Parts: sequence; C-alpha cells; structure tokens
Amino acid sequence: MADATTEPLLSPTIDTDGAPFWEYAAQGELRIQACTACGELRWPPRPCCPHCQSFDSEWRRMSGRGRIWSYVRPHPPLLPAYAADAPYNAIIVELAEAPRIRLVGNLVAAPDAPLNSVDPDRLRIGAKVQVAFTDVNGIAMPRWLLERP
Amino acid sequence: MASLKDATAIVGIGQTAFAKQLPEDEKTLACRAIVAALDDAGIAPSEVDAFASYTMEETDEVEVAKAIGAGDVTFFSKVGYGGGGSCATIAHLAAAVATGQANVGIAWRSRKRGSGPRPWKNTAVQLPTPGQWTRPFGLLRPADEIGMLARRYMHEYGATRDHLFNVALACRNRANQNPAAMMYERPLTREMYMSSRWISEPLCLFDNCLETDGALACVIVSAERARDCRQKPVYIHSVAQGLPAQHHGMVNYWNDDPLTGPAWTAARHLWKQADFAPQDVDVAQIYDAFTPLIPLSLEGYGFCGRGEGGAFTEGGALESGGRLPINTGGGGLSEAYVHGFNLINEGVKQLRGTSTAQVPDAATCLVTAGEGVPTSAVLLRAP
Repeated sequence: MADATTEPLLSPTIDTDGAPFWEYAAQGELRIQACTACGELRWPPRPCCPHCQSFDSEWRRMSGRGRIWSYVRPHPPLLPAYAADAPYNAIIVELAEAPRIRLVGNLVAAPDAPLNSVDPDRLRIGAKVQVAFTDVNGIAMPRWLLERP
Repeated sequence: MASLKDATAIVGIGQTAFAKQLPEDEKTLACRAIVAALDDAGIAPSEVDAFASYTMEETDEVEVAKAIGAGDVTFFSKVGYGGGGSCATIAHLAAAVATGQANVGIAWRSRKRGSGPRPWKNTAVQLPTPGQWTRPFGLLRPADEIGMLARRYMHEYGATRDHLFNVALACRNRANQNPAAMMYERPLTREMYMSSRWISEPLCLFDNCLETDGALACVIVSAERARDCRQKPVYIHSVAQGLPAQHHGMVNYWNDDPLTGPAWTAARHLWKQADFAPQDVDVAQIYDAFTPLIPLSLEGYGFCGRGEGGAFTEGGALESGGRLPINTGGGGLSEAYVHGFNLINEGVKQLRGTSTAQVPDAATCLVTAGEGVPTSAVLLRAP
C-alpha cells in the first residue's frame, strides 16, 4: 500500500482558463478573473462571461482578505498524503471585496505549515483571514492565515 | 402540447439481494434485476425496446439488451451526474413511451460499491475538471463537499445534529421493518449517533449512506398498455430535471445562493405539471446519500419554508404516521445505497400497497434524486 511519504498532496491541473491564476499566485498575488466588457468577477475561471457573454477578460488583483464561509474537518479514510495530517481543515473563504467569490482552501498557522496546524477551536464561520502562498509540488498554492492569530 | 401526465406507468419492479459483498458481477446483477422486473410486469424481454441509465453505471445498454434477449431497441439514454440522474431515467422513458419512440422501457442500476473501489481513490482523475479548485485542498470525498454545505446550513438556520439524527433514525427505523435492508436487524440510538466517529465534521458515520452491492430495475409502458399488465399500474404523474443557473457539480459554493440547490429548480417544474401540491403527498422517498440532503430537499420541494428543513424533522414528522413519512424501505442510509434506485422501487411498492412500512392508502409519492448535484424527481400516483 502507498504511504504518505511517497504520495504527495494532489496538484491542480493547470488549464487554459485557470493558468493566469497560478502565474499570479507564483508572484504572490491573488487575482480573480473579471469581464473586460461588463466588469463582473467570475469564479471558477471560464472562457465566457455569464452576464454579458463577452470573451474578453482580465485578472483583477484582490486584497487577499476574506472571511470563512464554511469549513469541514475530514477524517480518514482519505488518500494517504491527506490521511497523514487528518483531521485537517478545508475551508471556504468569501473574499472581502467580493463576497460572492468563494475559494476553497486551508487555514494554516504559517504559509508552509501543515493542513492541521491550526487549533480546531479557532475555526469559526465569519473569522477574518488573509491569503499567503506556499510551494507545493512546484506550484504556488494559496493558503489562509487568521488575521488575528 | 402533449402532456406526460399519467400517460405512462411503472408496471414492473425487480431487485437483487443487497449486501456488502455479492459474488456476482455488476452485469449479472443488472440482468437479474431486469429479468425480475419484466417477470413482475408479465412482459417478455423480447418486447423491450428502450433503456435508460445514469452515469457511474458500468454495464451499458448494449450488454444488457443482448444478455436479456431484448428486441430491436429504438430509444436509449444515459443521464449524467451519478445519483442526480436516478429519476431522470424514469422521465426519459416516460417521454419516449408517451411520444411513441418506444413501447417497453427499462431503467436500472447495478452497483458493486460494498466490495468495490472507494470513490475518493479516483480523485486524481477529477483534477482536470473544476475539481482542480477543490481536490488539492483536501476536499476529496462527497462527504467533505456536502459537509461544507451542511456546516453553512446549520450556521445560517440553527439546524442541529439532532435534526440530522432525526433523519438517520427515520431511515433506520424503516429499515428495521424491511428484511431486505442492509440494516434490518440493527437499530440506531441517539447515543450511538452522537458517539460515532467523524467522517467529515460536522458529518459523522451515521450521516453517510451505505456502500452496497446490488441491482434494481423497473419497467415502463403506456398507461393503456399498463391496464393489461400483471400488477396494479403506478402512474408517472410529473417528472423534472434540475440544473440551476451557475451551478457547479457537487460543490454548489460558487453561485449566488448555495443553499437553494438543484431541488428548487426541479421542484418548480415538477409542481407546475402536477394536479396536486406538496401537502397532498402521502409518502416521499428523498435521496439520502447524506442526512443534510433531507432538510435541503424538504425546503426545495416545498414541504416547508426556507431554513425550516431542520425543524421539520422534529416530533417524528418523518416517521411512519408522521407529517411526511420518508424513505420507507430504509433509504440509502439504511436499506441500500444504489444511487437512489431503491427509492424508486419503494415508491412503487407504497402505491401498490406492498411496502414493509406501508403508509395506509398511500396514493401519491414523491421520489427524488441526489440533491447537491444536477438532479431529477418524479411524482408517482396510484390509479
């Protein structure tokens, strides 16, 4: 059986629609796709604006601040790399300047800390968080830190 | 415009045993359920000319038709999104038969999940999809995805674990009356529920459906033909599918209002086409892969107002003799998890008057498919 030391955490498959997100992430920036024609933000990224059907988009820089919208604590059975840190947290963050944009992520004690590094008692819907990036398998992954640790 | 209302009927149902492990393969189990359903209807396999299934079904209609000895097949469909497609098979066959594209339709489900691979083992294949925005963060399994909605739902509306327990208990109590159910001889208590292990907090072991081996099938013909069949017909009164605007697979977090899921969309069409309303439903079979899907569905299908789904479960409302008895065979939580097809057959049993937890004089039944994913539903009516 495979173990956590040989199987890494899953990496996103970077496709055409999402590539800019990861390019900006590598520069430490959280950017969200926006329609160039009508200005609406959209998530996840896609080729066409659902509001005005324009195919022109840009990537707007966000403050990186948000609030926890919901969270879970997965327990095994899980894939080995995740089971090693279980129970960990997975959270949904609503962005401060665009609450309808919600990103799935993890609340951690430091950008490169494991997924179980925050005391579960600190998990609370509405808690304010700030994005940080950390290298996982060569990709800059967003992680979330409590604004008041 | 032609109406599907009561134009077709379910005239045969069949199933295999349910177990953690059955020796036969999925194809064989599928054929056994289908042959049993045709025998129940008194219709020869050579008369079958339509098939409908839904994704994550490994046996295709070519194999099934060949094995059972079907005639020339003139209609076949396969609906996406796994458990969201169960009732859509009935909808598609009803449309095909009502419009003359076929005469005898078979819908089925065969599953070896009790002894087969775990769904989260396949997580890596979902990374080229929108799963790339969830899976790497450890949202690996359906329980994790629905747990997110459940946590938010509990936060917004004050729903509690006791409400989720009410759902699990109602299903278990009905399974305890059903000798075919996986949990027939295994009662559930509040203490067992509250002290069980977590799967994905806030969801514990008993909030999750059962991994089951087994197969089911049903036979659909025109209402006219149904009069000559062996069994009392169960009419297909109204059908609907639901894929809400800006919906995303099973992770409905990215639209404006994540707590009004696909059930709300399907319900609007379902009731618009029906001669009766939610308060006229005698018994309901509501897709229960996870307990929180029940309060969400109760709201979506109009049995209570928004945010009231948790409170609706109080006072034995979901039990036999309650306001809305649900999942009277035990459901996915306690009879068998075969992507909801047992709910369809149980609905038929109720309207035939042959359920192991029979609702007296049940004449109307709602059956739903998976909430949280693009879904479907059907209203059944007794003659």
